[in-house]
Amino acid sequence: MIDFKVIGTPILLRNIKKIDPESIEAYIETGGYEALKKALKKSPDELLEEVKKSELRGRGGAGFPTGIKFEIAKNQKETPKFVVVNAEEGEPGTFKDRIILENDPHLVIEGAILAAYIIGANYGYIAIRPDYTLAIKRLEKAIQDAYKYGFLGDNILGSNFSFHLKIKRGAGAYICGEETALLEMIEGKRGEPRKKPPFPPQKGLYGKPTVVNNVETLANLPFIIYYGSEEFKKYGVEGSYGTKLFCMSGDVSWKGIIEIPFGVKLSEIISLAGGVKGGKLKAVILGGVSGSLVKYDEVDIEVDYHSLGRIQAGPGCGTIIVLNDKRDIVDVCENIMRFFKDESCGKCFPCRLGTEASYRIIKKIKEKKANLHDLFNLERICKTMKNASFCGLGQTAPNIILQSLQKFKDEWLSHIS
Amino acid sequence: MKEKFFQKSLIEDLLDEQNKHPQKYLPPKTLKKIAKKHKRPIPQVYSVASFYPRLSLKPRAKYIIRVCENLACHMEGAEKVIEAIKEFLNIDFGETTKDGLFYLEKSSCLGLCSLAPVILINDDIHGNLTPEKVKEILKNYIEKEKSSKN
Ligand SMILES: Cc1cc2nc3c(=O)[nH]c(=O)nc-3n(C[C@H](O)[C@H](O)[C@H](O)COP(=O)(O)O)c2cc1C
Ligand code: SF4
Ligand code: FES
Repeated sequence: MIDFKVIGTPILLRNIKKIDPESIEAYIETGGYEALKKALKKSPDELLEEVKKSELRGRGGAGFPTGIKFEIAKNQKETPKFVVVNAEEGEPGTFKDRIILENDPHLVIEGAILAAYIIGANYGYIAIRPDYTLAIKRLEKAIQDAYKYGFLGDNILGSNFSFHLKIKRGAGAYICGEETALLEMIEGKRGEPRKKPPFPPQKGLYGKPTVVNNVETLANLPFIIYYGSEEFKKYGVEGSYGTKLFCMSGDVSWKGIIEIPFGVKLSEIISLAGGVKGGKLKAVILGGVSGSLVKYDEVDIEVDYHSLGRIQAGPGCGTIIVLNDKRDIVDVCENIMRFFKDESCGKCFPCRLGTEASYRIIKKIKEKKANLHDLFNLERICKTMKNASFCGLGQTAPNIILQSLQKFKDEWLSHIS
Repeated sequence: MKEKFFQKSLIEDLLDEQNKHPQKYLPPKTLKKIAKKHKRPIPQVYSVASFYPRLSLKPRAKYIIRVCENLACHMEGAEKVIEAIKEFLNIDFGETTKDGLFYLEKSSCLGLCSLAPVILINDDIHGNLTPEKVKEILKNYIEKEKSSKN
């Protein structure tokens, strides 16, 4: 039902469509759980060094160095510790985590076990949105099989390391993708973000040290542990090592998932997806609707943290929504702000009121009923939201609007009466 | 810890109880029961249940239609598909059809964006929709219901 494409050699999609996702034997045959066997012969300290050396960065959006997160959790004295796999995936345009979980569930499970061994966690949850029913079904079977084979449970493969893993279903709220809201959800509370610091690796689930990682991040660990950080760093470019999944949607001829090594040009990814559909390229929404807006004359840029940083963009969670030149930027922004207005958890004023107020102004602009003063107000509200919101939702909600006000100013002005 | 770890969370219990109800919702007596099981005050359970989009405190229907209007779906004409559903079933968001069969609900991105515009009917995925296609799909559901009753 979904297509894949790859530039170079894949790390994450290496088993996809090649093995039966419901068979642990098939996974083992391709070298699955070899990384775990190798890991158990080494000390957690050694493995931590390997992850740090790999310079793996979080694939959930923020790009935080995974090794450093592990180190903070590892250094905490309190127990028990937890690993939480973030499979809440809610960013519009994003479906990569679902694809990994449906097609290669053991890859993520093995990644979670490795993370647990490194930080010394005995318990882990895969926190997943409830409507990913196929992924949940396959994960359930995969976890059961992993217990049978002794990869999960007490004294894993005869070692003195024990780790239990369980699926935890959420109930569908975009904000629950935010790591502290996710922890609240697992604890059976309203999914409202917590104050940071303390960060989850210090005080997370039930106040205990917890590492929260995106599905795709953890799916990299078996490779890094088995082949080593040197091998991993052969993929990608300096500062952005490894590969990244991108979800293609919008005005492109081909939709699906593309795995690329970091450093490939954005224009190249779009060409691989058959190019722009229905017109010429206008812009790309990169990293989801909370991400960044890349204008047509900027797409000849390498997709890595450093290069994209130069145009105030980033790979984010790996979402590419292509806009052709027939799209109205105001209409796009209206749709985006309506999403944030609906998904704001309501805990803090700048976001609760800001998303609502800016949505109303954008709507008014779209209907050509607004004046320059409204446009000025929109910018002011967006900046306030960015600076004063309590969590990442409100801080990133105005990103595309603010960037479009810079990059497509004339188009906004043409709507003003 | 181990015991607590393997327990179902409050939210999972709410989801599962809701699914058992023919109208897919959480009536007060269910909330009471779950509050007791989890040793939580009823207002707290109510407050949790009201937070999550997938949980409902009001009666819904046998089939819950969840539609996505986020950017990828919007760009492929989601609004027209939704209009067609509303017109065909004669309901708006948050309403149940007279026969109690369908309930229409707005959802945030379903993570099925490559199939845009896309909807879920209970857990079944229907993608690459047009107004015509969605009407056909709904007709099939209605037919299926009729024949199962006979
Ligand atoms: C509003 C909001 C929504 C988020 N949604 C997700 C999500 O769906 N999946 C995810 O992995 N991270 C999401 N994140 C990021 C998480 O808070 C967290 O940074 C991430 O899970 C850390 O994992 P990583 O380091 O492996 O990327 C979200 C953040 C915010 C502020
Ligand atoms: S920024 Fe928005 S989502 Fe985050 S806490 Fe405030 S109201 Fe809630
Ligand atoms: S935007 Fe509609 S399913 Fe993702």
